[in-house]
Amino acid sequence: MRTQERVRARRRRELLGGRPYEMLRALRSALDELWGDKVGLFGLLVVVGLVLVAVLAPVLAPHDPTAGALGDRLRPPAWAEGGSARFLLGTDEQGRDILSRIIYGTRVTLLVGGSVVLLAGTFGTLAGLVAGYKGGRWDSVIMRIVDTQVAFPGLLLALVILAVVQPSVTSVIAVLALNGWMVYARMTRGVVLSVKEMPYVDAAEIVGCRPRRVVLRHILPNLASPLLTLAVLEFARIILAEAALSFLGLGIQPPQASWGLMVSQGKNYLFSAWWLVTFPGLAIALTVLGVNLLASWLRVAADPQEREKRFAAATSQRATQGTV
Amino acid sequence: MGRFAARRIAQGLLVVLGVTIVVFVVTRLVGDPVDVLLPLEATAEQRAEFEHRLGFDRPIPVQFVDYLEDLARLDFGESFWQHRPVMEIVLEHLPRTFTLVIPAMLLMVVLAVPLGVLAALRPGGFLDRVTVVLSLIGLSIPQFWLGLLLILVFAVELKLLPPLGGGSPKHMVLPVLTLALPAVGRLAMIVRSSMIEELNQQYVKMALAKGIPYARVVGVHALRNAAIPALTLSGWEFIRALAGYSVIVEFVFQWPGVGFLAMQSIERQDLFLLQGIVFVVAVMVVVVNVIVDILYKAIDPRIKLA
Repeated sequence: MRTQERVRARRRRELLGGRPYEMLRALRSALDELWGDKVGLFGLLVVVGLVLVAVLAPVLAPHDPTAGALGDRLRPPAWAEGGSARFLLGTDEQGRDILSRIIYGTRVTLLVGGSVVLLAGTFGTLAGLVAGYKGGRWDSVIMRIVDTQVAFPGLLLALVILAVVQPSVTSVIAVLALNGWMVYARMTRGVVLSVKEMPYVDAAEIVGCRPRRVVLRHILPNLASPLLTLAVLEFARIILAEAALSFLGLGIQPPQASWGLMVSQGKNYLFSAWWLVTFPGLAIALTVLGVNLLASWLRVAADPQEREKRFAAATSQRATQGTV
Repeated sequence: MGRFAARRIAQGLLVVLGVTIVVFVVTRLVGDPVDVLLPLEATAEQRAEFEHRLGFDRPIPVQFVDYLEDLARLDFGESFWQHRPVMEIVLEHLPRTFTLVIPAMLLMVVLAVPLGVLAALRPGGFLDRVTVVLSLIGLSIPQFWLGLLLILVFAVELKLLPPLGGGSPKHMVLPVLTLALPAVGRLAMIVRSSMIEELNQQYVKMALAKGIPYARVVGVHALRNAAIPALTLSGWEFIRALAGYSVIVEFVFQWPGVGFLAMQSIERQDLFLLQGIVFVVAVMVVVVNVIVDILYKAIDPRIKLA
């Protein structure tokens, strides 16, 4: 009886490959570490908060983000003179609630940021894997494209493209992804080149693994931590880029609520209604700050070498303190 | 040296060529230029006449060769909006963009290098914290918002400076600050981290042991080595200010430079003008890149320009 049970339990474990347990443990130790690093914790809280706000937008928003009453036009924030508690952060030129629009704006921010990182990350990583592993002509063609594209800042080209095609969420995502894949390709290629010479990769090849298996099973896992950090960092950059495009009128179009668009519409009332540009801009800045802080924590926490350095520094510090 | 410069310039031409091809493809293939240029209510005859006049009815390869020929002669045609040669308009606006970008970049170097060095001397000290906070601001604040905040504070509230427009030196202050401040944070951070690294090197201890004054060791020995990554970033900041940030900053302050011109040409659907702007900016970017590469050699004789 007992052996049967044990076999069944082992089968269950094998079915899951032991991975959920490992992942849970890794997650817990990461959370423990985050608790010790308050700056990184702040970053994580911002990101988690952002996702929650985006998902719960209909519940959280006190008003309809696109419908306003002209009677409530340009109300200042609640604490300012003439403000009312109904509109916590005031209203815009069409009488729409700023807070509700900011809350709904998180959806666009997340959608654009997430899609661009996913698209550009996937394509860039694949290009980097091919360039690094195949080498030769593949490498020189891909890297020449990367170099040429990196040498020219994307904003102006993005403007040209968006001036010709109709600006929309989809076209913004496409343009930003087109502009952002090169960093992933460069980094992936670098890691692949250094890992390719490792004995275990040679061993895998000698054993007879197909190139695809070598690349995906033996080389790709090395990229997990640098790619994760880069993706988070790029996420922050994309949020800023989307906001800038929307601000210039070439990104998200009205009546949709996007933070950059809100600032753009508010700038016409800069002299009379400061809250129109202040709050959406603050939302962008806080979000990007949080994502950046998370990225800088990840950079150290997800890199074994950095962890070692940090551990050594902590022990030596403890040792010197002990002697004093 | 000569060979190196030639190769870099050839690479640069490749960038310019790539940019112009992308612009060609985007304007001719992705969108229909006639759609963009003519009003919606134009009749089929008007469209055909217009297409014929501009040569858009010919096969794409023929158009492309024609386009390249025009490029070689630096002929971008006439602006639909201003009815003047595109080149003339762009070259008229270019100096105004430089009057923003160059002071902003000088300000960036003047502020960021001392800040970064002083921060590196005492990691964890007051100036170090200032640097870290500034660099986070540089990474996180949307530039257009920073510009608007500066207008709110200095023009609307304090009434010290004019909010918009160009012309007098007073008009320059806010746009230059908007361009420079985020860059100061990013550059100071790079100077700081590379200085910290250099100050831990053996040659610094050696120089100090020989009795060379501390200030000289920091300011000459270490700084010169730390200058290489700083130069890379400065060049990149210059390029991005020229070809990206200036569009945003000039748009916010309605400063009549190339960036604002680009936004206006988009608004007025002036495709030829936009093409001309992108080409000129691409050439500027390449020039800056080559200058930075040659400066490397001046700073670090170990770099072989081959």
